[in-house]
Amino acid sequence: MFLKYTKTFGIGLQNTFVYRWNILFRSMFGLLPLAGTVFIWRAIFSETTGGIASYNYASMIWYFILVLVVDNLVTPTEDEWQIAADIREGQISAFLVKPLNYLAYRVSLFLSYRLVYSFITIVPLALVFFWFSDYVTLPKSLMTWPIFFLSVCMAAAISFLIAYTVALMAFWLLEISTLVFIVYSFEYFLSGHTFPIDIMPPWFQKILMFFPFPYQMFFPVQVFMEKVQGWELWTGLVIQATWVFLMWLASQWLWSRGVKKYQAVGG
Amino acid sequence: MRRYLEIYGIMLRNSLIREMSFKANFLLWIAVEICWFGGQMVFIEVLFQHVQSIGDWTKWQMVLLLGTHQLIGQIFQAFFFVNVANIPELVRTGKMDFMLLLPVDSQFAVSTRQFGLDNVVNGMVSIGIITLSLAKLGLRPETSQVLLFLGTLGFGVAVHYSVMFFLATASFWIVRAQGLFSGYFNTFALGRYPDVVFHGIFKLIFSWIIPIILVANVPSRFLMGSFSGPVFYPLLQLALGACFVLAASRFFWKFALARYTSASS
Repeated sequence: MFLKYTKTFGIGLQNTFVYRWNILFRSMFGLLPLAGTVFIWRAIFSETTGGIASYNYASMIWYFILVLVVDNLVTPTEDEWQIAADIREGQISAFLVKPLNYLAYRVSLFLSYRLVYSFITIVPLALVFFWFSDYVTLPKSLMTWPIFFLSVCMAAAISFLIAYTVALMAFWLLEISTLVFIVYSFEYFLSGHTFPIDIMPPWFQKILMFFPFPYQMFFPVQVFMEKVQGWELWTGLVIQATWVFLMWLASQWLWSRGVKKYQAVGG
Repeated sequence: MRRYLEIYGIMLRNSLIREMSFKANFLLWIAVEICWFGGQMVFIEVLFQHVQSIGDWTKWQMVLLLGTHQLIGQIFQAFFFVNVANIPELVRTGKMDFMLLLPVDSQFAVSTRQFGLDNVVNGMVSIGIITLSLAKLGLRPETSQVLLFLGTLGFGVAVHYSVMFFLATASFWIVRAQGLFSGYFNTFALGRYPDVVFHGIFKLIFSWIIPIILVANVPSRFLMGSFSGPVFYPLLQLALGACFVLAASRFFWKFALARYTSASS
């Protein structure tokens, strides 16, 4: 039953590993925005006497390093473009006639890619941890580790399912890139990728925490920094799980509608 | 030279005809641009809730910098992005052979085939943002300032082009160099920050060797008249930097071509 997906996973690993230099190249360049972020926050903290919200300079830098770690683990690269191309060019006909679930197939590929990618990015991350070793603060409680792991898995599920759902729009639209970039912009600014959500006005935070975006990055990082505790932590995890479920429902719904509409262009 | 202009004119016309067949897409690209600007504005707004200024940069000055950064990026993308981004694919499939056979300069041939009309529309959004921030700052730049601004934009476009072209040329060695897209965007993410925040060796590299920090900062400061010293030096620094990276990327291209063995043979 699962053998076909573990095979897919294995093939995914091999295919990705071919591009190891490409990935290393990409992740090294990923350090440049981190440098920019560090510079701008250093300038900002030198303009103020106190901290900013609950952050001081050290914890702000640590926040962005953790964002980089979570980003490597959860953010899909190119998956949506490949899925859209499969649909547009009629490749998915091959999946429709096989006893293979397309979503499970894509998840296997996504996981294999993330695994190889995260493994290779250990190189630039080691550099970062070495350079900023003064700011590294590991969690005090041992329990934080498994909860962080759970939260990262759900974050990856949300990120992947959003990408997958957007890509399925290719059943109706010839060009999905505008749509993809609009969704990117929300993920980029509202997930905590560009700045931590908890330095925004409180009323805005309250609203935002009902959207999926903070749970793609900000929330797992908060868990690791032990900034959410007790009741707040469990509610957060429940909302995160709810978003995984809702995005899964949305993708299933779009898939069943899309397949009915599908015309197998060129197939 | 005249022949190149004529060829470019024909390719421009072809691109426009092709783009005009997707009219609805324009509106969507404007929506994309507004979302990204909106996000950046939120970022600046959040920063300035906690500080009055960053160095000598106030909030609306930073918005102007952001608009300028975006405008340069859009001009570059309109003329070159799609073409340069396609180079790895040309190399991978061996279609590069046809480019090399054309009786024009190879760099010209691979860099100028398509023109992105949606980027022109996005550029308009940037100009709107720049005008808005000038109004908020109560500034009315003189003609000479506007001319300096426009001139330095050109150098900025040259820097964008050179960096992207350099990365694309790496695809002669790294097959499927899609990573270079993110390389380009990651590199220029630095360009939207004020020059005063950078320090040390990092500042040295990115303002003297690859002048990314200067690209948007110099024209913005010209437009706002916010240089404290003589304007001649930053102008010269950006001009020399742009010429240097352009020459370096061309040299690298020639170097790579000499080692090109084509695919499938």
